Amino acid sequence: MSDALVVAELSEDGSVKKATLSAITFAKRALPALGGSFSILILGPNTKTAAAELAGYGAAKVLTCEDASFAKYTAENFAPTVAEVGKAFGLVVATATTFGKDLLPRVAARLDAAYAGDCSAVAADGGKLVYKRPMFAGNVFGYCTLGTPVQVATARQSEFEAAAVSGGASPVESVAKAAPSGAASRVEFVSLEAVKSERPELTEASIIVSGGRALKEKFFEVLEPLASALGAALGASRAAVDAGYAPGDFQVGQTGKIVAPKLYFAIGISGAIQHIAGMKGSKVIVAINKDPEAPIFQLADYGLVADLFTAVPALIAELKKRS
Amino acid sequence: MKVLVALKRVADPDNANKVKISPQGDAVDSTGLEWKTNPFDEYALEAALRLTENGKTPKKREGEVVVVTLAPKEGETMLRAALATGADRAIRVEANDADLDGRLVAHALKALVAAEKPDLVLLGKQAVDGDSNQVGQRLAELLDWPMATFAATIKEEAGALLVGREVDGGVATLRVTLPAVVTVDLRIVAPTSVFSKLSQAEAGFKHNEGVRFAPLPAIMAAKKKPLEVKALADLVGSQQSTTKYLKFERPPQRTGGAKVKDVAELVEKLANVSKVI
Repeated sequence: MSDALVVAELSEDGSVKKATLSAITFAKRALPALGGSFSILILGPNTKTAAAELAGYGAAKVLTCEDASFAKYTAENFAPTVAEVGKAFGLVVATATTFGKDLLPRVAARLDAAYAGDCSAVAADGGKLVYKRPMFAGNVFGYCTLGTPVQVATARQSEFEAAAVSGGASPVESVAKAAPSGAASRVEFVSLEAVKSERPELTEASIIVSGGRALKEKFFEVLEPLASALGAALGASRAAVDAGYAPGDFQVGQTGKIVAPKLYFAIGISGAIQHIAGMKGSKVIVAINKDPEAPIFQLADYGLVADLFTAVPALIAELKKRS
Repeated sequence: MKVLVALKRVADPDNANKVKISPQGDAVDSTGLEWKTNPFDEYALEAALRLTENGKTPKKREGEVVVVTLAPKEGETMLRAALATGADRAIRVEANDADLDGRLVAHALKALVAAEKPDLVLLGKQAVDGDSNQVGQRLAELLDWPMATFAATIKEEAGALLVGREVDGGVATLRVTLPAVVTVDLRIVAPTSVFSKLSQAEAGFKHNEGVRFAPLPAIMAAKKKPLEVKALADLVGSQQSTTKYLKFERPPQRTGGAKVKDVAELVEKLANVSKVI
């Protein structure tokens, strides 16, 4: 029997990022194979708010490690403490955000543990954890087991719904910061340039409006009014990003963000394999493209063959009629 | 600067949807697909070349680029191509993909780093077959080196690199003291993404967009560049992969393909049939 440890991800202001709740769901699904309980580990300069919030999810313990140096995240500074606490657990898990994907493999190496990244499911099979992972740009799912005493994994956020508050109050315990690694003294956090947006985050939005290279310099001019009308997040294909029409963190695809909103608009996007890998989990897909042969139409629930520069304004007008 | 670049050969990523699964479901079969260098590793190589050359006159090099792969003999085609684009030496560790996982690869690279003593190890952020995204991070930890993952920009400073990382919600900038490990993202091959000390000295200098291609004479010359072969056991001892794949399957196909005639019908369907607006 062993337990699971969820590594929490905090915002700059010390609140819990919603992504953390997906890792809790992952841990709960892993418990039948582990046979134990799950705990949550919070690292931060001030963990009170986060601990109070995370105490309501049914964890055996909420473990906190407070240190001023945790104000600015670096994997080098976080990994020793996560590994020190994690070595008593059978599974260490975080959500596969850029935080989780940066930190957890480093933790795994510190524990010489095997790692299953970006998992879309976890199940028990004969007392063993079986991790389901997307591979080959989402064209194949692989099911694997890990053969080390501690196992480390990250959970694809779009595949694990946010855990719900279950009531009760988990006991909060503070843990000591582990001795710093040599590497931590040789990395310096310089800055975080956050992209300011009124819109929901791509990975959390229920509606996404994505544009391709066909929008050219009119990317924002055409798509922003539509996104506003729908309360949607804006996304982009790699081609639109590479061409400089949209910023890098808009990119939806295998090499960008993986999203699964209830409604996804692909506008002027042909449907390259690598883009489809990032959005095919969407509940309803709408494609607007003037090329009737564009591969995106094979995938779309509703395809509209039209020039996007006239169709999008018409769509906005139609939506406004209804509201 | 001496840079070690790790390369992996992968089944043609532009045709990843043509990868087959064995009838028993226990293996992935890429027969019929061309082997290509993992795109992110190609970008890592390009970044390494940019860091070791003078901007305007790339022939003026300062430093050395060593490319390494863990692959069977056929993987040497990829190494020769890397040598043709400008790498100086190559190392192939005899191994088959099926016997490796990220943990074992990181241990092997650690042993190579101990022998080669580079100032910097550059890798792609992930290989597009396994999509695992772990080797760079693991290697940095095993070496107790600082790291910068998902790099979109690299600027060389005295004994350090200033790295812009693509993270959720923006760009995080780290300064890593060398020696370090850097894994690269797509945008690292944009014209003004990578600056060595030499190229920075030239005002307004820009690289060409994307990765460079090898001219024919360089392809011929690459055949004479050194390529060393090592045994995996000499690097990792008796250690084995600790990741076991039990089965593979295809994701369920979407049943798309329906068309609407105009925006009015589209909005009507979204509101009344799918009920998503």
